[in-house]
Amino acid sequence: MSAKKVLMPEQQPDIRNKNFKEVALGYDEKMAIEEAERCIQCKNQPCVKGCPVHVKIPEFIKLIAQGDFEGAYQKIRETNSLPAICGRVCPQESQCESVCTRGKRGEPVAIGRLERFAADWHMKNSVDKVELPAKNGKKVAVIGSGPAGLTCAGDLAKLGYDVTIFEALHTPGGVLMYGIPEFRLPKVIVQKEIDSLKRMGVKIETNMVIGKILTIDDLFDMGYDAVFIGTGAGLPKFMGIPGENLNGVYSANEFLTRINLMKAYDFPNHPTPVKVGKKVVVVGGGNVAMDAARSAKRMGAEEVYIVYRRSEKEMPARLEEIQHAKEEGIVFKLLTNPVRIIGDENGYVKGIECVNMVLGEPDESGRRKPIPEKGSEHVMDVETVIIAIGQSPNPLITSTTEGLEKQSWGGIIVNEKTMETSRKGVYAGGDAVTGAATVILAMGAGKKAAVAIHEYLNNK
Amino acid sequence: MNEILEKKQLNPTVKLMVINSPLMAKKAKPGQFVIVRVDESGERIPLTIADYDADKGTVTIIFQEVGMSTKALGKLNVGDRLHDFVGPLGVPVEFSPDVKRVLAIGGGVGVAPLYPKVKMLHKNGVKIDSIIGGRSSEYVILEDEMRAVSDNLYITTDDGSKGHKGFVTDVLKELLANGNKYDEVIAIGPLVMMKMVCQITKEYNIPTMVSMNPIMVDGTGMCGGCRVSVGGEVKFACVDGPAFDGHKVDFDEAMRRQAMYKDMEKKALDEYEHRCKLGGILNG
Repeated sequence: MSAKKVLMPEQQPDIRNKNFKEVALGYDEKMAIEEAERCIQCKNQPCVKGCPVHVKIPEFIKLIAQGDFEGAYQKIRETNSLPAICGRVCPQESQCESVCTRGKRGEPVAIGRLERFAADWHMKNSVDKVELPAKNGKKVAVIGSGPAGLTCAGDLAKLGYDVTIFEALHTPGGVLMYGIPEFRLPKVIVQKEIDSLKRMGVKIETNMVIGKILTIDDLFDMGYDAVFIGTGAGLPKFMGIPGENLNGVYSANEFLTRINLMKAYDFPNHPTPVKVGKKVVVVGGGNVAMDAARSAKRMGAEEVYIVYRRSEKEMPARLEEIQHAKEEGIVFKLLTNPVRIIGDENGYVKGIECVNMVLGEPDESGRRKPIPEKGSEHVMDVETVIIAIGQSPNPLITSTTEGLEKQSWGGIIVNEKTMETSRKGVYAGGDAVTGAATVILAMGAGKKAAVAIHEYLNNK
Repeated sequence: MNEILEKKQLNPTVKLMVINSPLMAKKAKPGQFVIVRVDESGERIPLTIADYDADKGTVTIIFQEVGMSTKALGKLNVGDRLHDFVGPLGVPVEFSPDVKRVLAIGGGVGVAPLYPKVKMLHKNGVKIDSIIGGRSSEYVILEDEMRAVSDNLYITTDDGSKGHKGFVTDVLKELLANGNKYDEVIAIGPLVMMKMVCQITKEYNIPTMVSMNPIMVDGTGMCGGCRVSVGGEVKFACVDGPAFDGHKVDFDEAMRRQAMYKDMEKKALDEYEHRCKLGGILNG
């Protein structure tokens, strides 16, 4: 049996870096069966424990090996309501695949690719059977339609709750729609997952900024029995260096929202503009930085640089995204940190001054602290700067809800077992609680909250 | 929801629409704004809430047709629906109870966001002098409405076709030079007008509130496209404003940022007008 995963076909780097179509093309049936046969169906199933929503991995893989693709999909759906998304964006290398027994010698089983295959096969070949559960007469409001909210809503709908999701933007999906680009996660797929939730009876109200048009107290007054807050961490951080308000400096959130949600790559058919210079610097080393850099390249930038203050080893981005970025021609300037952005006489960016860094002793997070190297200042000539150094939770809800306790950095404080907040009947999960993390962790939190809400309302 | 109940042409480029939006009408306060998307592929544009009526469930918007999206919006008629209508956004304005006499200054379409604030102050017994201006007489909007909530109303036009010939700042200077005392000035209009007003009121040390109109995308604090420098600090106009202490605002930076997409805005408008013309030929 092969020590390596069955390769997944991809668009060639010099072709894909000029379009927004999906990079990874997915397995066909033959490839999927071949890969599924690599799973040794081990008894202790470490992979299941490695998955935040405990997908029954060996069981669904066995079904794929037997050619029962629909059966495999249904098996995944028992615990995961968004498999087409998770199969694409989960960091499997640090979750299910990191503990796969096959990975001890050779490569682990490609669990993510198989999950994606089953979900895509289902979308192409089957129609969802709508089996609406008996309604239990209780109403739950879910604030935010990102991965946490969608999962919580789906699980509650399955249990018979009357669920309404309130979304601030005009399109549901949260980061799946405005953040992660089309070339990693096609929006049609996100839309299909959302449509299948709607068929289960979940209502989605867009353009509803909770904290402004309605408060959490209003929701209880309207007859909702419980509330789940899944509002994410969408508040961009800036560096606080001179020149950050020059024309041509974007937060990654703004840049990606213009491109993904508003489809600025299709200007002027979609009239939202975005400006991408010939030379672009993206500051940061996470997935958001990779997404912004790769999007800038696809918008026609000739040179795109990732500027990161630590070394590649410390980069929080997924390995696969770093590799894809490099293949597409993104240049990595590591151990480099911006000190100021320089503008021309009209106030447009013309350069960024950076300083070299050396790594010192590990800090409290365990990562070696970068220290600026004196006299190493240098200027890079660029026209666009995109800041991708992280996000924190938006204070709109916490500032308008009395008695909702939060951390000093804005995260909502919850009981980690039940996701209940300091307000009775109010639960929270995902990035709104943890700060910017992963899609699958947000889904796990949404799931946990759904169980706790069910228990709470049953005993009420 | 989002249905246009009333449409009025206020001047050659400014239109008023009354929108059916019961939930928003209940929550809206002076100083707040909405984000509008005209159609399915449209951009998100911020517009001021010019008035609201909780009993009728309506929110009034007033907008100037300056580019593609506002022109497309202006083409909609009574009975049509806005694709997306989000709000109320931004922080409502607040006035200290010590404010007894206010000078309100509105330039062009800026009178629209000025009006609900003045209306509220007037209702609370504050004495109001107002200066409203326009390019020429036909460009002066909300004259009757402003007169109804002002103790004294001054009108200026650039060409002298109505009221004082000149700028709103000319009347402002005159009023201050004549010894009129104000606890606060509110100025809303083009950035350059607000900048000039602030320069003058600074000399007299009169607190001055301005309302910023930067480029916005989401309007909920998630992107920072609308950032303005206020007293050396970076603020997001959509969640921290749009009203700020005018003496602390970096107007030069704001003007520069507002012009960032000028070329692309023109392209989008040209394309749109071209398409409309083609559509006209095909339909005709």
